[in-house]
Amino acid sequence: MNWRRALIAGAVAIPIIGLLRFGLTRDPRAIASPLPGRTAPAFDLAVFASGNGTFAPTRGERVRLNDLRGNVVVVNFWASWCLPCRDEHAQLSEMSTRYANRGVRFVGVVYNDVTANALRWIDEMGGQTYPALLDPGTRTAIDFGVYGVPETFFIGSDGTVASKFVGPIPASVLQQRIDSLLVAPVP
Amino acid sequence: MTRLVGYDALAVALAVALFGVLAAAFAARRGEAALGALVRGSVFTLFGLTSVAVLAMVFALVSHDFSISYVAQVGSRSTPLFFTIISLWGALEGSILFWVWVLSLWAALVVWRNREISGRLIPYTGIVLLGISAFFLILLVGPANPFGLVTPVPSDGPGPNPLLQNHVLMAVHPPLLYLGYVGMSVPFAFAIAALISGDARQDRWLRLTRRWTLLAWGFLTAAIVAGMWWSYEVLGWGGYWAWDPVENASFLPWLTATAFLHSVMVQERRGMLRLWNVNLIVSTYALTILGTFLTRSGVLSSVHAFTTGTIGYYFLAFIAVVLLVSLVLVAGHSESLRGEGRLDAPIARETVFLLNNLFLTAFMFTVLLGTLFPLVAEAVRGVKVSVGEPFFNRMTLPLCAALLFLMGVGPALPWRRSDLAQARAKLLLPGGVALVVAVLSAVLLTRNAYAVAAFAFAAFAIVCNVREYWLGAAARRRAHGEAPATALVNLIAANRRRYGGYLAHIGVVAIALGVAASSAFRKEHDATLKRGEKMSVAGFELQLDSLWGREEPQRAVVGATLRLMHDGREVDRLTPRMNFYRTQDQPVPTPAVRSRLWGDLYLNLMAFEQDGSSATIRAITEPLVPWIWIGGGIVCLGALVALSGPARKRVPVHETTGPEREPSPLPLPELEPARTA
Repeated sequence: MNWRRALIAGAVAIPIIGLLRFGLTRDPRAIASPLPGRTAPAFDLAVFASGNGTFAPTRGERVRLNDLRGNVVVVNFWASWCLPCRDEHAQLSEMSTRYANRGVRFVGVVYNDVTANALRWIDEMGGQTYPALLDPGTRTAIDFGVYGVPETFFIGSDGTVASKFVGPIPASVLQQRIDSLLVAPVP
Repeated sequence: MTRLVGYDALAVALAVALFGVLAAAFAARRGEAALGALVRGSVFTLFGLTSVAVLAMVFALVSHDFSISYVAQVGSRSTPLFFTIISLWGALEGSILFWVWVLSLWAALVVWRNREISGRLIPYTGIVLLGISAFFLILLVGPANPFGLVTPVPSDGPGPNPLLQNHVLMAVHPPLLYLGYVGMSVPFAFAIAALISGDARQDRWLRLTRRWTLLAWGFLTAAIVAGMWWSYEVLGWGGYWAWDPVENASFLPWLTATAFLHSVMVQERRGMLRLWNVNLIVSTYALTILGTFLTRSGVLSSVHAFTTGTIGYYFLAFIAVVLLVSLVLVAGHSESLRGEGRLDAPIARETVFLLNNLFLTAFMFTVLLGTLFPLVAEAVRGVKVSVGEPFFNRMTLPLCAALLFLMGVGPALPWRRSDLAQARAKLLLPGGVALVVAVLSAVLLTRNAYAVAAFAFAAFAIVCNVREYWLGAAARRRAHGEAPATALVNLIAANRRRYGGYLAHIGVVAIALGVAASSAFRKEHDATLKRGEKMSVAGFELQLDSLWGREEPQRAVVGATLRLMHDGREVDRLTPRMNFYRTQDQPVPTPAVRSRLWGDLYLNLMAFEQDGSSATIRAITEPLVPWIWIGGGIVCLGALVALSGPARKRVPVHETTGPEREPSPLPLPELEPARTA
């Protein structure tokens, strides 16, 4: 065993590993959404589960984004067949309650799902504190450029999309993004 | 219950693998017999346990046990049974589970096949394979656990990725790929074991390794061709290769393994290139792991997944270990790996093999560079770039042409030495044919220089390789008075390795022709047809007969039925379709392909009116596409023929007195030095 050669050869591995290590820190799919900074696409969707929060339109009633103007709106796209959606459900419900009296409205838009399954899912997860809306033909999801579920959009009180979050959203991110919208001066 | 059985089997398997590696250190002191018994026991137990885990997962999938995370992720009650079973490898966790099973299968086969061989080489090989298995089992027990618990239990799941449940080749391509990809662990394990045990100084380990490499290479070849076919039949763009990172990941180790299969002959015959061969084996394995890392950890583009988790860091650590251990071992032992032979003359088969290795390695580096460049560019300059097809095509086409040329020259030249006159005599006929083909195709077919060169070099290679069969069989007929067919069969049987190799060459030529013709002469026609309207394509007329829709349990299907007419008569009916899966917005195209030996007619439904009044059809004509699939089959057949032969003992060609046995113009197998064990 020639240790000098071995060490020199071993050193060759270091830049390769460094490069791959760098690769792990970036997301090749992180394509900026064109939506933030623009007016949110208007929607007009039927409620299929009212939820047990303070903002609880009755089943069958329609929720229009334009009617919510003046509130900060959090739109969450989800489905009953989506595993990561389970991970974020508790945070969403909790934050919806916490921010209800500060004029923040949460809505869940169900994505490519069967209503019965979605209702059962809400039951199983212990109910939710904000209304769930049907999106026939995934029109609204297409308008919002949803790529997969879950995705969460933050809309300011002036109706512009402030940001979006891909994947199960942690409570801290939810809180921080909503807070930043609440203090934002209304232009 | 199923969940616990599966998970516990994996946990125990991890314990067994780690125990096997650690206990080996103690058993080694108690002699080879104890060591061998320990390693065999561990490997067989490992295989048994991973089999239990795989069966548990298959059972969970079939029984729709949505309390198991993997089933909840890829299962669905509406997915047909067949696709439910094969969704075992449809997502990350399941594919790692399948990977471990294949790895333990290979390990068990290696240990069992070589149970009679004494010494430390085989036990050490087993230990390396146990160590590799331990890494993947750590993934399965930790960050990529397929047997996670889901509560409350969902009533249904999303089903597998639509692209993966749209075609039966999904059942063929991944297992082949795993057999090939994971199979490259075997030569790697042999190489590391040989370096540690000191066996690397002799060539015995290489003879044991060669056939495993050939077997894995055969699987990898079949997998790559099946993958091309699958993307051709499913993705709807009428192509089969796009230099996507995932494709490159499978192709990179194939290139180095192919180089090894050639250069190993130089070592066996001449005792040269020892260090080089070890390097090729180690690189092949490192490239399989690198490819897996790049495509499965989210570093380069991969299937959209929200939960990539921390698996990338585990892989990074594993790559670091593999690279460091192999580089240190190979470099540290490089002095004892010095070759004993040297090149005698520039014009000889050895030279061709050296050039072949040079070009294949350059090919590998080109593809690797193109694949990694976006990463390098972002690391160095902070910009996002992508490297597209033009780079790969421009860089690799000259290499392809050179390799085709060498594929013809190699079989024509004898080992050790030849001279210009002899080479000229051997290459006159194929060279002439190539020239004629070049002129004819330039005049009659195309002005595309690449296509002309491809046809010419392919003609050159095919003449050279077929001539070897022809001359050999003719010699047998004369010597033994055998009938032509018998002579051919006996010729191959007497030297399966050599003629298997030539057969593989012929298959590669067929693939090259298919690729060249289908890229150079591809034609696309788009038309929006009302019902009853016609479009003309390549001498045929296509008439839209009807547009229909139908609901299936897991999807909705919209299809167009088209009549293919020739001279006013209907010759065929084609139905390109679009499948709409519930969990995906984008429809999955299902092209209709009418395949004939001389080319394909490829129809894709691009768009349709909701009321069924009209449809937009893309018709693509691609000559010789089936030759790629047939060529792939021939290459694999060649590998099988070569595998069926007995292992060769190294026949050193000593410095003889008098003239070296001149290569006879008739390569009589009987005149070759004895090459059977």
